[in-house]
Amino acid sequence: MSADLQKQAERERSRLEKVATNALARVLELGADHAEIRCSSGESLSISVREQKTESIQEARSSGLSIRAIMGDRVATSSTNDLRPEALEVFLQRVLEMAAISEPDPIAAPPDPSELARRLSKRDLQTFDPMIGSLTVARALKLAKQAEAAALREDERITASDGAGVGRGWGLSVLATSGGFVGSTLASNASLGAHVIADDVEGKKRNGHHSTRARFLEDLDSPEEIGMEAARRAVAQLGSKPMGTGIFPVVFDRLAARGILDLVASCVMGGSVYRKRSYLAERLGTAVASPIVSIIDDPHRRRAPASRLFDGEGRATNRLDVVQEGTLRTFLLDTYSARKLGLAPTASAAGGGSIPHASTSNFYLAAGKGPARNLLRGIDRGLFVARTMGFGFDPVSGNFSRGAQGFLIEKGKLGHPVSEITISRNLDELLQDIDAIASDLIFDGATNSPSFRVRSMTISGS
Amino acid sequence: MREASDSFFARFSRPRRANVATLRCVATIVAMPNRKQVAARPPNERKARPKFEAPFAAGQQELSRELMQSVLERALAHGADFADLYAEYRRSSAISMEDGQIRTVSGGVDMGVGIRVVCGSAIGFSYAENLEPRELMRAAENASRIAKSGHRATEALRSRKVADRYSVCDEVVDLAGEEQIAILRRADKACRQVSSEISRVDASLVSVHKEILIATSDGVLIHDVQPMMRISISTVATRGKRTESGSSSGGGRQGLEYFTLHTPEEHGKEAARVALVNLESQDAPAGVLPVVLAAGDSGILLHEAVGHGLEADFNRKRTSNYTDQIGNEVASSLVTVIDDPAIAGSRGSINVDDEGVQAQEHELIVGGKLVGYLHDKISARHFKLKHSGSGRRESFRDVPLPRMSNTYMRAGASDPQEIIASVDRGIYAVKYSGGQVNISNGDFVFSLTEGYLIENGKIGPPLKGVNLIGNGPSALRCVSMVGTDFSLSDGMWTCGKDGQSVPVGVGMPTVKLDRLTVGGTKV
Repeated sequence: MSADLQKQAERERSRLEKVATNALARVLELGADHAEIRCSSGESLSISVREQKTESIQEARSSGLSIRAIMGDRVATSSTNDLRPEALEVFLQRVLEMAAISEPDPIAAPPDPSELARRLSKRDLQTFDPMIGSLTVARALKLAKQAEAAALREDERITASDGAGVGRGWGLSVLATSGGFVGSTLASNASLGAHVIADDVEGKKRNGHHSTRARFLEDLDSPEEIGMEAARRAVAQLGSKPMGTGIFPVVFDRLAARGILDLVASCVMGGSVYRKRSYLAERLGTAVASPIVSIIDDPHRRRAPASRLFDGEGRATNRLDVVQEGTLRTFLLDTYSARKLGLAPTASAAGGGSIPHASTSNFYLAAGKGPARNLLRGIDRGLFVARTMGFGFDPVSGNFSRGAQGFLIEKGKLGHPVSEITISRNLDELLQDIDAIASDLIFDGATNSPSFRVRSMTISGS
Repeated sequence: MREASDSFFARFSRPRRANVATLRCVATIVAMPNRKQVAARPPNERKARPKFEAPFAAGQQELSRELMQSVLERALAHGADFADLYAEYRRSSAISMEDGQIRTVSGGVDMGVGIRVVCGSAIGFSYAENLEPRELMRAAENASRIAKSGHRATEALRSRKVADRYSVCDEVVDLAGEEQIAILRRADKACRQVSSEISRVDASLVSVHKEILIATSDGVLIHDVQPMMRISISTVATRGKRTESGSSSGGGRQGLEYFTLHTPEEHGKEAARVALVNLESQDAPAGVLPVVLAAGDSGILLHEAVGHGLEADFNRKRTSNYTDQIGNEVASSLVTVIDDPAIAGSRGSINVDDEGVQAQEHELIVGGKLVGYLHDKISARHFKLKHSGSGRRESFRDVPLPRMSNTYMRAGASDPQEIIASVDRGIYAVKYSGGQVNISNGDFVFSLTEGYLIENGKIGPPLKGVNLIGNGPSALRCVSMVGTDFSLSDGMWTCGKDGQSVPVGVGMPTVKLDRLTVGGTKV
């Protein structure tokens, strides 16, 4: 099985490389000055069960080509899933017609060929599990049933199941650019999740969801662990109520903390900076967080969800210290945003074959010391945030205000569950006011954070 | 513009967030719609259906009736209750302008066929990204794996006529590139002319010509077209060290005639107005206060507070806080909530849903009493009720789910001015960036981008962006006044559920809620 999938992937790699390089040669012949083409394909399976019965089986196979073409400094982008040569010919002509109606943008050109990765590192980032195909429909259904059964068994207060699901897939992506770069990435993914409900008073229902996700099948948590944790999360919220309005210390659980890191990521992105959509735009080299805060973007972590050897423009990637002991050291820059800002690109371009923009790889807050429960120490009254809700963030001013769900902290211990409250503070002030970081950093998402504590935030409740 | 591989890979790599649904405005940064009322039915209505162009359109032989019939037969070869085929053709165009400079022109065609087999509430699903018989048969075979045994016959396909709710004469997607650029230039210029404090303007125009062809094993064959357009302007205003943003967007299932009702200049000026208002904004209060929701976009409250909870899939699974609540009082007697897919030209309107059912207006809450859910075929069969035409999907790559179309509250008897005058100290909420709801318990939030303090019955200073949080049933029981001034939001909202995005509309009269938690910073 595994050798077969590896072989199949290699055949697909040569097929897609041929499609991409042929299309690249053709669009240059048709008159493009520069072009970037990404060609990808993949297969996926997702199943779900509910009340121990199969709820859905979905299988998909997909392929496509996307392009950014530049003609006389005019840019067009497009994509298609029709890879037949005669269809691609029409498609490429249409792309150049679109470029012709655009306006010249002298800084839109791709990187100079000398800046592209010439020889990619032989380093294996382990993004692909050749055993991924061994997760068949039958095995996936069995795993999902085990997870759901574990959840229903865990606590008699669980009253309904929204089901459990398993997904897996693999995909290949080839980037070919007129600067001479050709590179490909083979990646796999698998996930397993369960979701159950506990009935609370007044007809309210409390839902608990937990999932695991990994590049390699063997790295998934067991279905029993997933089910039990989903049930525990639902039951823990029974009796949730608002807490009183006031200014209190707040501890962010690592899953809620991840949401805060996502906001930081959005504000260090080159596109937000040159568009003036970031409160950090003028802050390079200054203190933007408490001295215990270091934030890193690391594209080279093995088996991590967002690792990449090259970026969407064909530059070799590097680890970036974005915030070092509280000081903002760099933005994340693709070629375009770097030119706009007069800075050096950081090989952070997303995708390829589309409008270039920066993106994170594995973006995280560096771990501190000690277990998360230590963060509760010394808090007389405060809030432990398990989850935030809504989009209440203005990147321009940094104002942050979101719904929150979690637990009251009383005398250093977790108290009753809390919901229907909001937490507010300007993000700039919030980051400066982080006074403790735990060690519970796990790379299970593209953005990750250990749990941390903020000295004070405004809580609006009853 | 969809990137096939990106969306494909993202789908299975991201476990979906359970029982959480979102509503976001679709502009890149933050967006707020126009406060003016959308004329629901343009006076000079010219009936002209957009033309069919998909390779599966009648007369084109690429997807013949015989082929569809045999694909459906293959899908039901192993039994099951019913099967359907959903072919989609989507031609899009997007032009983005950054600070007065066209950055990119993009567009393309996405096409494919989704095949679904349904057995009770279980679904088998697969899709093909072309119309080749071999690929369609493979997808049908994959989808049929859900079925256990037996065989079900299919009925002969018969074409059905559909309503015509979008009288689009000239689709924006067909407009020459230069003309689309000219529209953005007008908005950009008008925005900058408002004030020298406007320091940046970004604008975009996105348009789509979408055709769907639905063939079902019970013999329904429907071909429809769903045009869509949206203009978005966002701006930054700077005064000394203070920087604030504002935006305006709108559109719907409308053509070029949209710009006679809402000129690009209007959107440009509106974006500037909001940014300048926000330069004056002050810290918002924290705590429980009376809240007056302005007419129009405040319909986002209904979408979050009740709409999602009434989608019948959640009630079939008993995971919604509205499970078993039909016939019960769930809101103040002033509240009547409708989901209406038939509003001419609105962003959430559809002639036919994505399961081939002709969608009709339906009541959800009447005088505070819960009267109905939103059904797709699976939930309608489960509840043994009439299908409400609410089965919608993002694309041929997705399965249909019960979804809202245009959700709004009926106008009431109060004078909007009197509503504001009745509040001693509270919040006047005007514009929003989005909202989110937890369907299991009805807790929702929505984020304000333009709001004011009300002091002694008068609108006072503007407030910094703030979140409002509440619980659906409790919030709707706190509705104490409903205005006479219903208006529909200018089309800009996109609703997310189970990883699928669909365009929706919302509408609302001015409404007073006696108490809602306001998430400001000032205690």
